[in-house]
Amino acid sequence: MEKFDIIIVGGGLAGLAAAYQLAPEGLEVLVLEKGDYPGAKNVTGGRLYLNPVRDMFPGLWGKAPLERFIAHEELSLLADERSMTLRYDGGELGSEPYQSYSILRAKFDRWLGKQVEKQGTMLVCKSRVDDLIVENGQIEGVWAGGDELRADVVIACDGALSLTAEKAGLRQAAKPEDYALGFKEVIEVDRKVIEDRFNLEGDEGVARLFMGEVTRGKFGGGFLYTNKESLSLGIVVGIKDLTEEEPLIKAPDLLDIFKQRPEIARLIKGGQTVEYSAHVIPEGGYHGMGKLYGNGILVAGDAAGLSMNIGMTVRGMEYALASGYYAAQAVLQARQAGDYSEKTLAVYEQLLNDSFVMQDFKSFQEAPKVLENPRFFKHYPQLAGSIMRDLYRIPAGPKERLYKTVRAYMTVPEIWAMLKDYGGIRRI
Amino acid sequence: MSENMTLKGKLGLDVFKADKLPHIQIKTGMEKDPRLKKAVLACPAGLYAQNEEGQIQLSLDGCLECGCCRIACGLEVLEWHYPGGGCGVQYRFG
Repeated sequence: MEKFDIIIVGGGLAGLAAAYQLAPEGLEVLVLEKGDYPGAKNVTGGRLYLNPVRDMFPGLWGKAPLERFIAHEELSLLADERSMTLRYDGGELGSEPYQSYSILRAKFDRWLGKQVEKQGTMLVCKSRVDDLIVENGQIEGVWAGGDELRADVVIACDGALSLTAEKAGLRQAAKPEDYALGFKEVIEVDRKVIEDRFNLEGDEGVARLFMGEVTRGKFGGGFLYTNKESLSLGIVVGIKDLTEEEPLIKAPDLLDIFKQRPEIARLIKGGQTVEYSAHVIPEGGYHGMGKLYGNGILVAGDAAGLSMNIGMTVRGMEYALASGYYAAQAVLQARQAGDYSEKTLAVYEQLLNDSFVMQDFKSFQEAPKVLENPRFFKHYPQLAGSIMRDLYRIPAGPKERLYKTVRAYMTVPEIWAMLKDYGGIRRI
Repeated sequence: MSENMTLKGKLGLDVFKADKLPHIQIKTGMEKDPRLKKAVLACPAGLYAQNEEGQIQLSLDGCLECGCCRIACGLEVLEWHYPGGGCGVQYRFG
């Protein structure tokens, strides 16, 4: 049997962020990671928004292996054979401090793991946590690969499924309506070609989101992020919609069809796929979250359901980093009190409540319900495509007046439905 | 080229390390349970397939450990674990 001050289950962003705060306090921290290295089991779309976490980890960002800073945002509505794209950029988004960066998790987490190890944290990879050690209702450690490992407190940072939090009775098994499947290809494209093709200067990058036909109208969308020398191209789709909503189609086929669209095919042309990955994403928001703490345990990151989709932005990694940071603060307070019961560890929830993390989750608590509306993913992308086609089309004969062209789509039932949808959007 | 790659081809790009035991199994007697059909649609690695007798079969080669089948089908039909430490998929990009 071995005894540590803190055991962290999972060497992802939440776990490593917690360790990064705790080791300098002179505590014995053990991080258990089941992959060969931190990041080996992790996937992002994806991008990291730095503003909320920049000051929490000063000194970390200068050397971090970030890919490109996002200087161009695009949102495309995809109809059958038409698409409409909204592009947002300009000098402000392209100026320092940059608000977000594309990243690749196997690179980033591995690097963060090294920083944490340098501080004295014990990072043990290839180690799967199999069970919790529970005595008199208090979690006293974990069993991992036959080893009995004890600690004052365990921080469960084992990702979206968090079997650790489930075993601790802090959450139920994940439900299809609260989770989405994300899967992507990393496609290598020459750096120069990326910059020419996407109109980028130096380390500038672009983030593109796609709604509509890409998921066949199911909850979710497509994404494309430019990395330094590759593209991350993939799809997020709600598991309930994927398995129950018509048209039923296999997830991998969605991506293949997406890649064949002319809008996408020209962007990845000549590229070489080098990896195919998948992960599930919590989408339940505030109402889908489990309990964040128990006797001798805290839950952080995806394990706590801390990821959020509000349509324009999909975020999770900064919530993981911040919750790891606050979990560490809570542990330090519990240590000072000499008590790791639920009563003392409840300070973790208080810290999160006072931070941007829970304030965001409360502000956007209606988002999952509002985004359940299939009209956003099915109807509006098609409608936009049809209106654009008619506005831009010059027929052989006389052209219809513009007002009449649009009016043809704006029937009374349509306007009525739009007002109802607007009522929903107002709640986000 | 990335344009027209098969799913098997894509999975062939990933690094996998073999595990001693199968980490996910269809529970005995549940092979025809309709809940398993959801995994045929949802599994991003296409590892679930229905045979002529209507049974769902699972081949674990290429499992990305996303957990989508655990969520879609539930634990009444699946015995679900992560692979042992250091086994299974090891992403190089993620």
